[in-house]
Amino acid sequence: MSKLRVDPIRCTAHGMCAELLPERVWLDDWGYPVIDGEPLSADLVEHARRAVAACPVLALTLDQSSRPAGREPRAETTRRR
Amino acid sequence: MSLPAHALPRLLAGFSPDRQMSLAEHVHVHGALPAGDRGLRQELSRSGLHGCGGGSFPFARKLDAVAARRGRPVVVVNGSEGEPLSWKDKLLLGHLPHLVLDGAVASARALGAREIVVAVESTGAAGAVHRAINEREGGRREGVSLRVQAVPASYLTGQETALIAALSGRPPLPAMTPPYPFEKGLAGRPTLLSNAETYAHAGLIARNGADWFRALGTRESPGTRLVTVTGAVAHAGVIEVAGGTEVKALLSAAGGITEPVVGLLFGGYAGIWAGVQARHWQLGEAELRSHGASLGPGIVLVLGQSSCPVSETARAARWLSDQSAGQCGPCVNGLDAIAGALEQLCDRGDHSGAYTHLERWCSLVNRRGACSLPDGAARFVITALRTFRPVFKDHALHGRCESCHQQGARRARSRERLVRV
Repeated sequence: MSKLRVDPIRCTAHGMCAELLPERVWLDDWGYPVIDGEPLSADLVEHARRAVAACPVLALTLDQSSRPAGREPRAETTRRR
Repeated sequence: MSLPAHALPRLLAGFSPDRQMSLAEHVHVHGALPAGDRGLRQELSRSGLHGCGGGSFPFARKLDAVAARRGRPVVVVNGSEGEPLSWKDKLLLGHLPHLVLDGAVASARALGAREIVVAVESTGAAGAVHRAINEREGGRREGVSLRVQAVPASYLTGQETALIAALSGRPPLPAMTPPYPFEKGLAGRPTLLSNAETYAHAGLIARNGADWFRALGTRESPGTRLVTVTGAVAHAGVIEVAGGTEVKALLSAAGGITEPVVGLLFGGYAGIWAGVQARHWQLGEAELRSHGASLGPGIVLVLGQSSCPVSETARAARWLSDQSAGQCGPCVNGLDAIAGALEQLCDRGDHSGAYTHLERWCSLVNRRGACSLPDGAARFVITALRTFRPVFKDHALHGRCESCHQQGARRARSRERLVRV
């Protein structure tokens, strides 16, 4: 399960994310991305990765809260409690 | 000796508006703080004490979260109180600092922490805390190190990551979470960061236990809260109420209303507006939550009919927009747009049609900043729009109203800061 997350401090409204992933990202009245917190469907994960890679200020991240078996992607917000 | 369980006031017992309570007087009123932690974590958990700074997070859970981390923890007292409608933490730290220090010392013992930092922005309160710390010999006899640190006076300084930044010598700007202060706070250490009043309650719970705490208040909202009451009441000031007290009783305790009331604001500049029916509401987090409200840091503002809700909302929205750290686009642009639309609506009526965008913009900025400043501002504005809709519509058509014209003069009137119990 993957979720997109934007760091609003880093984001400077380049808008690449909305261009590369219009299914899940839209821009507000001032050009900043609005992203819902819903998990991405499998068919969009690759597009989401591309959007993450395209962000010039690295404001967009893909959180993988539960790791698929056999792979160890680095999850940005996995926390040990 | 200690206070009887049913006696009110608790925190404000022995309070004098003219001076700060000495350590000897404090011990005379409340008894000495017991040595050791005597199962404080369990007592705090049973007491149901929630944070009194606005977040209303269970204090025992916060303590446990810090205790579960590796590394030596630090205790930080958040006494910055940048909320303009709140006065209770300045009052506690300025007049009853030992109550707050007791809670911080007891919490530090429970955590095995040695270092306690009291963050204060008002110079008056900083002096009082400094004197109180000297009376306690810097905490040496209690096995801790107590110090007070002045932080910049601004609304955002009270935000927890901004406070950590300020205490670390950086500008008081919010940071992205996680990591939260309980994970990585002051100097990267696990940090127990809570509001001054929360510690004051914890200090009394450390002495008297959870049952004593729960002897006042309701099951859902046990104990007491300090509430700053301002607006159309005879004696504005800080009042200590038992959890679940009716709003009407609070207004009576503040000397009663001075004119017909059109609305009440709960929770301050990040709070919600409600109509006059709210005088029957009960003051407790659980009770208020059922109405979609919160006490926030303990604030009730009474809006009288001579005040214009539209101009009050416009003024608050501009102020909130000015408080933005300027870090997040939705907050910078959204709050400015909201404030601009409200100002135009208030002064000249709605010629550009911005009024129709207000609710949408409020939803649009919600939860899109690193901190909750935009969420609070949106809540304030959207509930004002809903509570005072006819007045807003009237302004959209005609611009400034009679109350708007008279308001400037009244604003100059100085605010009384009486304490009533």
